[in-house]
Amino acid sequence: MSVATTPLADVASSEAALRAFLHGLPGVDRVGADQRAAMLGTRSIKTTAKARAIDLAISMVDLTTLEGADTRGKVRAMCAKALRPGGDASRVAAVCVYPDLVAVAAEALRGSGVKVASVATAFPSGRSSLDVKVADTAFAVAAGADEIDMVIDRGAFLSGDYLKVYEEIVAVKAACGEAHLKVILETGELVTYDNVRRASWLAMLAGADFIKTSTGKVSPAATLPVTLIMLEAVRDFRDRTGRQVGVKPAGGIRTTKDAIKNLVLVQETAGADWLTPDWFRLGASSLLNDLLMQREKLATGRYAGPDYFTLD
Amino acid sequence: MSDRRVSVRKTYKLFIGGAFPRSESGRSYPVTRTEHAARASRKDARDAVVAARKAFPGWSGATAYNRGQILYRVAEMLEGRRAQFADELGGPRKQALEQVDAAVDRLVWYAGWSDKIAAVRGTANPVASPYLNLSSPEPVGVVAVVAPADPLLGLVSAVAPVIVTGNTCVVVAAERAPLPAITFAEVLATSDLPGGVVNILTGHQAELAPWLAAHMDVNGLDLTGVTTPEQALACERAATENFKRVLTAAEDRGTRRMTAFMETKTVWHPAGI
Repeated sequence: MSVATTPLADVASSEAALRAFLHGLPGVDRVGADQRAAMLGTRSIKTTAKARAIDLAISMVDLTTLEGADTRGKVRAMCAKALRPGGDASRVAAVCVYPDLVAVAAEALRGSGVKVASVATAFPSGRSSLDVKVADTAFAVAAGADEIDMVIDRGAFLSGDYLKVYEEIVAVKAACGEAHLKVILETGELVTYDNVRRASWLAMLAGADFIKTSTGKVSPAATLPVTLIMLEAVRDFRDRTGRQVGVKPAGGIRTTKDAIKNLVLVQETAGADWLTPDWFRLGASSLLNDLLMQREKLATGRYAGPDYFTLD
Repeated sequence: MSDRRVSVRKTYKLFIGGAFPRSESGRSYPVTRTEHAARASRKDARDAVVAARKAFPGWSGATAYNRGQILYRVAEMLEGRRAQFADELGGPRKQALEQVDAAVDRLVWYAGWSDKIAAVRGTANPVASPYLNLSSPEPVGVVAVVAPADPLLGLVSAVAPVIVTGNTCVVVAAERAPLPAITFAEVLATSDLPGGVVNILTGHQAELAPWLAAHMDVNGLDLTGVTTPEQALACERAATENFKRVLTAAEDRGTRRMTAFMETKTVWHPAGI
């Protein structure tokens, strides 16, 4: 991808320049964004189109387990499901675990093409020193993570300390090496849609490969209007710099209907270039079973039941 | 101001998960010359099954005593609306009131069974090894009920035995006389019955019953109210896919309506240790 040759190159040269740029972004029309997301959510996707959408959504799932109670066995079981979700459904995009379980997942998924993603940087709060965050990232990468999901320092962002957030992302990106960096904005804590837009641009300027809505630990998580605003940001960023950045809504996406609404949003906002697992992911755990049940319903003509799918 | 006020008429809706939504399809169908009922779609049926499944752990986990109390409370609430139901049932006043009374009595009868069915239908089995061996009947899960044509007594007689043992249910109300079923839902909603234990759909039986019969998350099927033999056969056939318990009208005797939707769990416990 070509690198910025526009004035964007020096927006992060100083605190003042960064602030001027972020606050110079156009404000988000809150009512308009809510309405547009709601309107796109009513679109009817049926029969063969629905079958295609379900298969696409399955291929975009980042199958996630981020519990204190996670065990090696649970991660191995989840990896097996990631490889063969059920029926003849294709494998998912990635599994997402805590750093200490990356090695287990990497072992189970070796050579399969399913990526190993790891949260890092004192997930989910991000409340630690930069050294710890960088070490956390380096540990996950060394254990075999292909993708790192970092959290931004929301405290610094909300108090206007944008350069600190920027420099942390740059430092973590450097620690990632070859691994892709997803930057979690935790939109549920950013209060306004304007802040979501600013944080999206800040993360992309700092070198994010993906921007992700939420940790899944804070409610509300991935709402449709927030995903809409982030999709607009990646679209505008590519227009301006030529670099494409992916989007990952995560948290609260539990049903096939939610997933399909997200796909409609991608198509209508960022465009078809983003409709692949390389550029759009769905962070979820229980969603996968619902997608599989809907898939089964389309195949057999009868409603499926959870008794016939794995517990996770 | 005129002394004559415009009466406020009731919109008959569905009863799903303790709430009264309209059909997601937006459809309704005429029941009498002046009244319409919601015409549920298969998606409403699916939502109702989800609500029933969600309610199952809490309801089946409640004590039998508690379930009995709640059923008794349903009877109390129904008794209090005796006149309203008699109006809605129509026909000769005396017969209508007798119908309501019979429905109340039936609820009380089943309420009493709540903590007795396990004692009557469970067994302590003699076995030729040092074990204490007990069998007890357990609820099967979500039961789909196609309610008989009798609008109140038929409905109560089908629903009470299903829920008293701890099952949850999705009921397709009698197609030609669905309005008392929805008024009965108001009785259920004010009886401390947790939302989702009973879900009531009104609409065309032929449109709903086959979907419920084939649904893989439904564990039992009461076909008492199915009107044509072909439909009953098709439903029974669809029910085989996940081994649903099926009850047909012919089997309606004694405790059979309760035991039809229970399965026996047997426990072996080492004895003499």
